[in-house]
Amino acid sequence: MKPVAASASFRYIGKQRRTKEDPRFVTGRGRFVADIALPGMKHVALVTSPHASARIKAIRTETALTMEGVRYVLTGEELCANVDPLYVGVDAPKVHRYPLARDVVRYAGEWVVAVVADSRALAEDAAEKIEIDYEPTPYILDPEKAILPGALLVHPDHGSNVLFRRKFVWGPVEEDFARSEHTLSFRARWGRSATVPIETFGVAAQWHPGTQLLDVWASIQMPKFPDQTARALRLPGNAVRVHFDVDVGGSYGVKRGIKHTVLVGYLARRLGMPVRFIEDRLENMRGGDMHGPDRIFDMTVAFDADGTIRSLKIRALDDVGAYAGRSPLQLGKPVGAIVGPYRINSVEYEPISVLTNKTAQEAVRGFGQAPTNYAIETAIDRVARHLGMDRVELRKKNFIAKDQFPYLIPSGSTYDSGDYVTVLDKALDAVKFNELVATRDAARKAGRLAGIGIATCLEPSGGNSAFEPLFNPKNQTTTWMDSCLVRVDISGAITGVMNTSTSGQGHETLVSTVLGEVLERDPDSIRVVHADSLNALPSNSPVGSRMAIMLGGAAAGAAKKIKATLMAIAAHNLGVPESALEYRDGNVVPKTGAGKGLTWDRLVEIAHRNFHLLPKGMEPGLQAKFVWEVPTGGGLPTADGRIQMYPCYSFEAHLVLVEIDPLTAQPKILRYVCGHDCGTMINPSIVHGMTYGGIAHGIGAALYEKFAFSDNGQLASQTFMDYLMPSALEVPAVDIVDHCTPSPLTEFGQKGSGEAGYLGAPAAIASAINDALAPLGRSIDELPMTPLALWEKLQGGSTR
Amino acid sequence: MSERLYPVTLQVNGERVEAQVSSRQTLVDFLRDSLRLTGTHVGCEHGICGACSILLDGEPVRACLMYAVQAEGCSVTTIEGLALPDGTPGPLQDAFCETHALQCGYCTPAMIIASHALLEANPDPTEAEIRDAIGGNLCRCTGYQQIVEAVQLAASKLAKGPK
Repeated sequence: MKPVAASASFRYIGKQRRTKEDPRFVTGRGRFVADIALPGMKHVALVTSPHASARIKAIRTETALTMEGVRYVLTGEELCANVDPLYVGVDAPKVHRYPLARDVVRYAGEWVVAVVADSRALAEDAAEKIEIDYEPTPYILDPEKAILPGALLVHPDHGSNVLFRRKFVWGPVEEDFARSEHTLSFRARWGRSATVPIETFGVAAQWHPGTQLLDVWASIQMPKFPDQTARALRLPGNAVRVHFDVDVGGSYGVKRGIKHTVLVGYLARRLGMPVRFIEDRLENMRGGDMHGPDRIFDMTVAFDADGTIRSLKIRALDDVGAYAGRSPLQLGKPVGAIVGPYRINSVEYEPISVLTNKTAQEAVRGFGQAPTNYAIETAIDRVARHLGMDRVELRKKNFIAKDQFPYLIPSGSTYDSGDYVTVLDKALDAVKFNELVATRDAARKAGRLAGIGIATCLEPSGGNSAFEPLFNPKNQTTTWMDSCLVRVDISGAITGVMNTSTSGQGHETLVSTVLGEVLERDPDSIRVVHADSLNALPSNSPVGSRMAIMLGGAAAGAAKKIKATLMAIAAHNLGVPESALEYRDGNVVPKTGAGKGLTWDRLVEIAHRNFHLLPKGMEPGLQAKFVWEVPTGGGLPTADGRIQMYPCYSFEAHLVLVEIDPLTAQPKILRYVCGHDCGTMINPSIVHGMTYGGIAHGIGAALYEKFAFSDNGQLASQTFMDYLMPSALEVPAVDIVDHCTPSPLTEFGQKGSGEAGYLGAPAAIASAINDALAPLGRSIDELPMTPLALWEKLQGGSTR
Repeated sequence: MSERLYPVTLQVNGERVEAQVSSRQTLVDFLRDSLRLTGTHVGCEHGICGACSILLDGEPVRACLMYAVQAEGCSVTTIEGLALPDGTPGPLQDAFCETHALQCGYCTPAMIIASHALLEANPDPTEAEIRDAIGGNLCRCTGYQQIVEAVQLAASKLAKGPK
């Protein structure tokens, strides 16, 4: 086990402790949505579009309706007449999106008809007997063509394929370019991939006519999920009860599932029967709407001969597919770290979000930051190569220095804290960089292709929604709060209540550790439960690397209120001022050590049983809630689009050695070290685990994973035989080197780490591949760098 | 017209099970839906992700690639069968908790099944052998590192025995 930085002053935080969640999962006792069996539950199968674009001429359901066990066949015509369109993250009110297509289909795999039957197998049987007449229509797949005037329109009513486009200029860009000694330009592409959790999306719903209430159990990770479900179903918010105690089998951003839930919720209410839909893998890959960013970056960098980088122009064209949920906003979040960890004086940023006839994009781990980091890091490597400078030295030269924090970047965010040079140095030491270089050079000398990759980048954390008003002036959301309720019962046992679901982040461990730390009680004795949406306090779900900061902060805030109550009860009963007392292990004792104190058990008993002993005006019982606004949040963007995005900034430094087999072009990662600083770690095992996982996911995005479309708009990678995810044989052993620069904005100095590893791994792998190709005078700037793409490169083929 | 059902008799976690199943019901659906052993999970239903792994006569197999009728006369062990008699985690399961070899827990039962089969056959595996043994099971949370550590830890604890 690794030593933990700066945890000495804490009792439980930062210590190597087992998690609360693991025991139920290792014994097969998790409760995932597919494990929920409601009496009389019916099952949904879908009929999906075989065309990238077509008019629906007729749907014949008669045969299906006569088949065994079939309860209902739902078409878009009925559904769209009875529910409202789903939320659109930008100002594009005519880009209507419903769970089922009506009149036209806009991508291959789009849901057209839902069949409900007594079992999934019977529903699939009947789905095969649904006959649909389509009239195929022209489609557009190329995002660069889609933005041109006169392009075929995916949503004609919107009048354009462009969902969002704005050129931001922050600082004296043209002056800085004019002043710089060098400029270089290049194009980099980030391929369409996603987190692809092993559990597909699923939802079960039950309507209670007697109480007019819809119960929902869903595999979700989504802000405002209950509100959006209720609104689309035209129900008041208090008629939808989402159960947040469902274990979610992985998400990493994508499990939004709003269209799934509106469909199933509608069916459950319409039929008066519990209904569930669990995607099969094909439904998930084609129509689950979980593909991630798909970007073309046009980058121009202005710099001097000594390596000083002065300015950056970034044009990011993102193909979001056929519909818009929150996907265009994934171009907004990177505004908060648009210069990475570097002192860059000015930036021009032109995000363009464009519709095409492909599966819709959804949030993916990092919310657009990993592609942007890849583009920035590629720029840094190219500058080094251009100047013949060492890549490490160039980075160090441009790093924001430790003593420059808080540091305001041109786009309006202030970075809270950091020590980038030290973290990089620790990683260089751990990897024994000189030896790594020698190993690479020896391999090259022996005729092999070997390269060292470097990436240093930021993980903005503490998820805020500041990109919403930035990308949609009609949206004035300035809070993205989270909450915790703490109860101490008459037995003295502590229960923490959280208000969202969990998809592997260990929130029960987080809350119990924080409550234990503040209240000085053993976290193992503290229970943490997930509320349902009708008894929950406000939460914005575990997105944007926010829960250590936001849920941790809310839990600490609530615990401090409990502590203050206990102090007040003790002072009142002991007849001394609070200043004479101190809180120790849950008991309140005189500071001097002499005289009477009151134990935890007695204080709890007074709170619950002895109103006559409570200070005047004090509420009986022992409970506290705390609702916390994101630190530094609350602002609206300036006219030129400057805004404080997220509050806290974690840093990671990746160092990688890769060899490419010259015959098969298979890359192999021989060494991987990641220096990581996310401030105070609440639970190091959880932080390390997420970082290892993020690196593995980044290796996938860099080398293997792609939702490829054929020229006729068919998803070519529909199964795990085509969409390749790294196994234990592709992912190497990784050494993580911890460093702790506490955040001044949070209770314990913690920052976020939910996206750790993924934000730098693709850039680092790409850097290593290009270092390996450099002796051949070749380079590749398109992810994923598949063996085929590398093989073509080795043959001297085109850069595409 | 209802589907025709076929009798099947097998051992599941040491207990004899007799059932009538349709010819097209997969073994994983039978375990989950008919026996309510929901610790075995469904990931891809085409034999790649390994989330549905169970032990069939001691060998790890994908329960999504087998029909329930094919298990006639076989002995099936699921994750529920690896716990100690009182339901608490067995030594390998405990090692997964110690190294935090999981996050969301979805692939975890199958990872434990694959690791269990390895340790039965090879009580002292190398890291490469562990990676090979779990190489057919995809995990999107962990990057596999803490899983490898868990299997190493379990191997060292089992070597010290007795358990």
